[in-house]
Amino acid sequence: MTNLRAEDVSLGYDGLRVIEGLDLTLPDGKITAVVGPNACGKSTLLRGLARLHPLDGGRITLGGVDITAMPRKELARKVGMLPQSSIAPDGVRVAELVSRGRYPHQGWFGRHSSDDDAVVTTALESTGVAELVDRPVAELSGGQRQRVWIAMVLAQQTDIVLLDEPTTFLDVRHQLDLLDLLTELNRDRGTTVAMVLHELNLAARYADHLVVMSAGRIVAEGAPSDVLTREVVNEAFGLRAQVVPDPVAGSPLVVPVGRFHSSAVEPSAR
Amino acid sequence: MTAADMGTITAVADLRTVRRRRQILVVAGMVLLVLVAGTGALLVGAAGLTPGQAIAGAVGLGDKGDVFIIQKLRLPRVEAAVVVGAAFGLAGALFQSTLRNPLASPDILGISSGASLGAVTGVLALGMSGVALSGLAFTGAGLVALAIWLLAWRKGLHSIRFVLVGVGFAYLCSSLVAWTMARADENEAAGVLIWTVGSVSDIRGEQLGLVAAGTLVLSVAVALIARTQGPLSLGDDNARALGVHVDAARVGTLLLAVALVALATSAAGPIAFVALVAPAIARRLVNDGGAALAASTATGAALVLVADVVGQHGLFGVAAPVGIVTGLVGAPYLLWLLATNEKRSR
Repeated sequence: MTNLRAEDVSLGYDGLRVIEGLDLTLPDGKITAVVGPNACGKSTLLRGLARLHPLDGGRITLGGVDITAMPRKELARKVGMLPQSSIAPDGVRVAELVSRGRYPHQGWFGRHSSDDDAVVTTALESTGVAELVDRPVAELSGGQRQRVWIAMVLAQQTDIVLLDEPTTFLDVRHQLDLLDLLTELNRDRGTTVAMVLHELNLAARYADHLVVMSAGRIVAEGAPSDVLTREVVNEAFGLRAQVVPDPVAGSPLVVPVGRFHSSAVEPSAR
Repeated sequence: MTAADMGTITAVADLRTVRRRRQILVVAGMVLLVLVAGTGALLVGAAGLTPGQAIAGAVGLGDKGDVFIIQKLRLPRVEAAVVVGAAFGLAGALFQSTLRNPLASPDILGISSGASLGAVTGVLALGMSGVALSGLAFTGAGLVALAIWLLAWRKGLHSIRFVLVGVGFAYLCSSLVAWTMARADENEAAGVLIWTVGSVSDIRGEQLGLVAAGTLVLSVAVALIARTQGPLSLGDDNARALGVHVDAARVGTLLLAVALVALATSAAGPIAFVALVAPAIARRLVNDGGAALAASTATGAALVLVADVVGQHGLFGVAAPVGIVTGLVGAPYLLWLLATNEKRSR
């Protein structure tokens, strides 16, 4: 039982409540995707789960233990988090950035050991950036840079990895690459992955557990095929859409309607 | 492990070695510069000494007059320049890395002007001198830092707010210093002028020992918390996710930085731009995305010593207190920094 769990959690900024009394359990060893319209509180929820944002109420537990009762470093050895749009300092090289992921494993006078090198190497290899070791991070392409950041989180060696919109600013091919990479991690190492995603159809395809949020609450959660219906899309996004099976993966595919196009046939499915 | 893994692991280790070697090289280069400039400062002066006489004098041998000139006049000034420069360099590096802003430095944040205000008030209004005066300068710097703190703190310390509030205090303190001096008697005002430009010419004996010991103790304390600077440079969220107590680390670092500035300023006055420029040079030389604390310390020491030698002996037509020389070098550098930053962000 190492579930990361939000119990009756309230979160907000300067008195403005974003999330009120929310309950969520991230299923162990699964990929969870959180989707929802802008400003629905999905990023705030993820930040709360990683203890980047103080709670206004409720608690977050890891394996039944309140995470605020844990030393930060201990939490950082169990839960990794990649915040939105991180910026690397000038001059830092790929392996140096990835090595910073070892921080929670090092003591006061911690110097990098050969163990750390091995972990960093594995992280570089599994994200496919091993050949970039000594390149300055600032000179990389967007897709490469995002892989390097993920490698840093992997070097933290946590069982749970949270990612806030990891595919933002990536083209569609790099989005797929990245989600494939996370799936590989999940399957090979049993890492629990939870991420905020914008792209509904990719979320439906890659997630085992889909959480749809709107206005600070969870509208629906469960297997994507159960959750992603026309009604739910309409309720969460205020969007008329058709939902058809994804011809590749069989997962639900949301086809939005808009004002200028309407289908000749309104399918009754879903 | 496969051969490819072994290749990568070697590359990772190699990169680390290369980077550490570069840091050591930068520090060693600056130390060498200090030794050369320091030796020069011991040899050159109104009483010309040969290298042999100078070395003999430094260890207390040889002609009594030479010993006096070296040990009482020239050596303390060199030592003071090195200690004060190191303190400013380290403090600037801490400010800049903790606030993640290359413009954050005690001169710009008003902490140095707080020290000046304390000293100038002490002399003109209270008629103080000596160590008590240094104490008042220290208090001035501390109070300004505290005031910036209180006004910038909103559920955590926000870098930009800290810098902006600090800039406000810099103006406030400079105005108060100017006002105090304008009201004072002309001769008295001339006497406190040194507290507005900075000089290392009159730091010796007990005071020098005090400043040196204080700087050493604070540097050790900095070394103890320096490890948090790596994660902090990735931003607050990343640092927290890596297990750093961001607010505690930032408060601790800034406290140490303020103490270093207050200590150095209380002895030498505000030596302009050293805390701003030394870390920038050091970071550019080391260039590993880190805070370059050791390199900044060494660069600060070298910078102040060289500037003092230049100012003292009127090299390049500049005969002035060290603070004027660093200002003349620092101001154009600041403009250049702003100009190139602009280009990069575009």
